[in-house]
Amino acid sequence: MSRIRTEEMIINMGPHHPSTHGVLHLVLHTDGEVVTKIEPKIGYLHRTFEKHAENLQYNQVVPYTDRTDYIASMNNNWTYAMAVEKLAGVEVPEYVEYLRVIFGELNRLASHLLFFGAFGLDSGAFTPMLFGFREREKILDLFEMTCGARLLYNYIWIGGLSHDIPPGFIEKTYDFLNDFYLRKDGKDALTEFRKLLTANRIFIERNADVGILTKEDAINLGVTGPALRATGFPWDLRKTEPYSIYDRFDWEVAVGRGEYGSIGDNMDRYLVRMKEMEESAKLIKQALDQLPSVKKLDVRSAVPNRIRPPKGKEIYFRAENPRGELGFYIRSDGSPKPARLKMRSPAFCNLSALPAMAEGWMLADLVMILGSLDIVLGEIDR
Amino acid sequence: MKNYFINVWNAFYTALVGLKVTFLHLFIKSVTVKYPLERDKVPANSRMKLEVDWADCIGCKACERACPVQCIHIDTSKALPEDNLAATKNGTARKLLVSNFTIDLSECLYCALCVYPCPEDCINMTPNYEFGKYDRKLLIEQFAPFSDDDRAKRQAFEEELKKKKLAEKAVKTKEKE
Amino acid sequence: MQGIISLFESGLGLPELWAFVIGVVVFSLLIFLFIALFVIVAVWLERKVSAVIQDRWGPMRAGLTIQGELQTIADTVKLLMKEDIIPKPVDKLLFILAPFIVFTATFMVFAGIPLGPNAYSGTFDLGLFYLIAISSLGVIGIVMAGWASNNKWSLYGAMRSVAQIVSYEIPIALILIAVVMYSGSFSVKEIIATQDTGYGIFGWFLFRNPFMFVAAILFLIAGTAENNRTPFDLPESESELIAGFHTEYTGMRFAFFFLAEYANMFVVGVLLAILFLGGYAPIWHVAALADIPVLGWFFGSSGFWIILKAMLVVIIQMWFRWTFPRLRVDQLMYTAWKVLIPFTMAIIVLNGIWMKLFNLI
Repeated sequence: MSRIRTEEMIINMGPHHPSTHGVLHLVLHTDGEVVTKIEPKIGYLHRTFEKHAENLQYNQVVPYTDRTDYIASMNNNWTYAMAVEKLAGVEVPEYVEYLRVIFGELNRLASHLLFFGAFGLDSGAFTPMLFGFREREKILDLFEMTCGARLLYNYIWIGGLSHDIPPGFIEKTYDFLNDFYLRKDGKDALTEFRKLLTANRIFIERNADVGILTKEDAINLGVTGPALRATGFPWDLRKTEPYSIYDRFDWEVAVGRGEYGSIGDNMDRYLVRMKEMEESAKLIKQALDQLPSVKKLDVRSAVPNRIRPPKGKEIYFRAENPRGELGFYIRSDGSPKPARLKMRSPAFCNLSALPAMAEGWMLADLVMILGSLDIVLGEIDR
Repeated sequence: MKNYFINVWNAFYTALVGLKVTFLHLFIKSVTVKYPLERDKVPANSRMKLEVDWADCIGCKACERACPVQCIHIDTSKALPEDNLAATKNGTARKLLVSNFTIDLSECLYCALCVYPCPEDCINMTPNYEFGKYDRKLLIEQFAPFSDDDRAKRQAFEEELKKKKLAEKAVKTKEKE
Repeated sequence: MQGIISLFESGLGLPELWAFVIGVVVFSLLIFLFIALFVIVAVWLERKVSAVIQDRWGPMRAGLTIQGELQTIADTVKLLMKEDIIPKPVDKLLFILAPFIVFTATFMVFAGIPLGPNAYSGTFDLGLFYLIAISSLGVIGIVMAGWASNNKWSLYGAMRSVAQIVSYEIPIALILIAVVMYSGSFSVKEIIATQDTGYGIFGWFLFRNPFMFVAAILFLIAGTAENNRTPFDLPESESELIAGFHTEYTGMRFAFFFLAEYANMFVVGVLLAILFLGGYAPIWHVAALADIPVLGWFFGSSGFWIILKAMLVVIIQMWFRWTFPRLRVDQLMYTAWKVLIPFTMAIIVLNGIWMKLFNLI
C-alpha cells in the first residue's frame, strides 16, 4: 500500500492571534493538525528596559520594572528593590518586610487568578476568565486603596514603601481571603473554580498527559517557577533560599503529583498554580496575623535619599516571581545610576521550553501548553 | 468496559456540576457597574491625572529632575515687580516666575515620583481618570496661566536680560584686562 | 397563520402558476422575517445569558427600556454599513457564494417546520428526513468558505467542520429511528400527533421510557455539535483558529454566517421539540387558559408552544456555551463514534425490547 503524499504546512501563529498572550509570533510547521516544529519569534514588545535603566537613577528604575511583567508588578518592584538594597547595603525595617510579603503574595494571587482565567479561555471556556477577573478586581481594589494604582504600582521602593497601609486595609484583606479561600462552607471562590473548571471532564481530557515536561528537561532548559515545580521538583526560592521573612511562615511548596495523568503535564502546571493560590492565601493570613505584634513605623523612614553603591560592586539577586525565578544583575560604577543592569526574566526562559514540550502535539494542544506556561510578553521582550 | 462507562458517567456528571455552578449565578448580583450611568468610587489617593497648582510653584524643578521619562517641562524667569507674586501656601516667597509648566500626559508613567520631592506640595496625583482626548497633542497640559504671546514677550525680555548681563560681563573682563 | 394558508390554498382567484409564485415569495419573506426576528432576539438573549452567568450586566444602553433590547439592531446596522472586503487572493466566486449557501440551507429547513397542525410552509410525508438532510447541507457552504478564503486558519476550520458534521449526522439519524419506532411515521405532523395524547407532557416521547430520555440528551449533545457551538465549536474556535472558516469575512457576508448559526440553533431547538417535547402540542390541555384576556391568545395558538419549547432548548445551548471548555479534534471524534453512536444503537435495541415487553407494537 502506498502512502498518501502529505505536505508540511507552514503557518504563522501570531503576532495577532487571540491566544498568544500578547504579541508572540510562532512559526508552526504542521502535518495536518499535528505541530511538528515550532519557532518562537519574539521582540515585538521590546522597549530597551536594560538600556533605559543605565540612564536612570536607581529609584527611577522602579516604575520601569513595573512594566516588564505587568501582571505581577509588585513582585518585580520587590525583587529589584531587594537587589539594590543588597548592593547598597540598605537595611529594611521589619514592618516594611511584613507589608512587602503581604503585597507580594497578594500580587502572586492576582497573577495566578489571571492565569486561571486565561487558561480557561485558551481551553474555550469563557466564564472562568470573568470569574478570575472578578476575584482579581478585589485584590486590585486593595492595591488601589493603598498606593493609588491598580496595575503599575511603583509601590515597593528601595529601602521602604511608598505608602503605609490605609485604615481598614487589614479587615478588607481578611474579608477577601475569607471569600476567596478560608471559609469552609463551600461557597469560596476557589471551590467554585474547582467545580467549574478543574473537575470538568472535558478540561481534564484536554490537559492530562498533554505537553509533558520531564524534570531533567526542565532543569536543562532553565525552566523555573510553577512549570518547574509541576515536574515534581520542589524548587521554590522562598523555601530553598528564604529571602525577606519567608522563613517565619508555615507553608508548603506546591509540586506536581500527576494526579490526572503523568507528572509534568499541563494539568500539573495548572494544579500547581491552583495550589499556590491556597498557599499564598495562607501566607497572607499568617502575615496579617503577625502584623499587629510588629512595631509600626514610617514606611519611608529607611528610604535612602541618595543611592551610590561602591564603585565596581556587582550583584546578582533572584527571587520567586509568580512566573518563576526573576533575577537582577546590577553593576555599579559609583554613580547614582547603575552601570549595567541585566534582568533574567523567567517567562523568557520558560518559553524556550515550548518547542520541547509542544512538538508532536496538536494545534489545540499547543495553545493549551503555551497557556500553561503563563507567559507575559512584556517580560519576555522587556 | 467498566472504565468506559465510568468515564462517560464522569463526563456527564461533571458537566452537570459545571452547569449548576453557572446556573446559580442567576441569583447573584452583578459585580460590574453601568459605567457612564454610575461610577465606582475611586479612593482619594488614586493616582490618575497629574495636577499642578501653579500658584504654589516656586520653579525649583525638583519634579522635572525626578521624572523618569522627562515628561515635565518647566521654564522659569525672574519675577518682575509688576507680577505681584504671592507667597505659596507654605509661606515661601516666589522669586521665580514659572512661565511654562507642561506635562505630557501621554508620556506620563503615573509613577508619582515627581510628587514626593516637591517642597511646596504643588504637584499632585488626582483621582480624575476621565481626561481622554482625541488628539495626542491635546494631552500636553499647560499649567502656567499665560498665553503664548505673554510667554514669547517674557522670553524675549529674558534673553535681553541675558544679553545685557553678558555685555556687562564682557565690559567687566575688559576693564580687568 | 392558518387563515393566510387557506387564503393561498384557495388560489386567490389567479392562474395556478401565479398563485404558486406569489405564495412562494410571500412565504419566503415571512420565513426570512421570522429568522431575522429570531436572530435579533437570540443574539440579545445570548448576551444577556452570558452576562447573567458571568455576573455582568450585558448590553444596557440601546433600547426603549434599560435592558438594551435594540443592541442587536444597532449591531446589524453596523454590520450592514461596514466595508465589504474581498481579499485579493480569494477564490472570488466561491467566497461570495459560501455565506449564501450556508444561509440557504438553514432557510430551507424552516420550510419543513410546522407551527401548528395546519401551519406548514410545505408538508412532506418524510418531513423528518427532509429536516435532517437539508440542515446538514450548510457544511458545503462552510467548506467553500474555508477553501475560498485562501487562509490556512480558515482551511483548518472548514476541515474540522466537515469531519464534525459528517460524524454527528449519524447519531442524530439513529435517534430519529428510536423516535420513529414510537410514532410509526416520518411525518412531522404524525410524530406530534402521536405525542399529543391528551395527557400533556406525559405523552411526550421524552417520558415514554428511560431510554428515550437519554436519547433526548444525546440528541441535544449531537445537535449542539451540529451547529458548531461550544463545547463543539471547533470550526470557529476563537482561541485556536482565530475565527475559523469565517476569518476573512466582513460586514454583510459575515452577518449571513452569523444569521445561519443562530437560525441553526433554533432548528435544533425545534427538532428537539418535535421529536421529544410534543412539538406544537400545549404542555397541558386546559380550556380555561384560552379564556385569559391576552395570554389566552398565546396559550391557545399552537405556534406559541413550539416556539416556547424551541427557545428553551436554545437557552440551554447558550447555557452550555458559557459553561464548558472546548473538546479537541480527536476527542470530538471519540465522542461521536465511541460514545454517541454505541449509545444510540443500544437505545434502539432497548427501545424495541421495552415496546415488546409492554406490548406497544
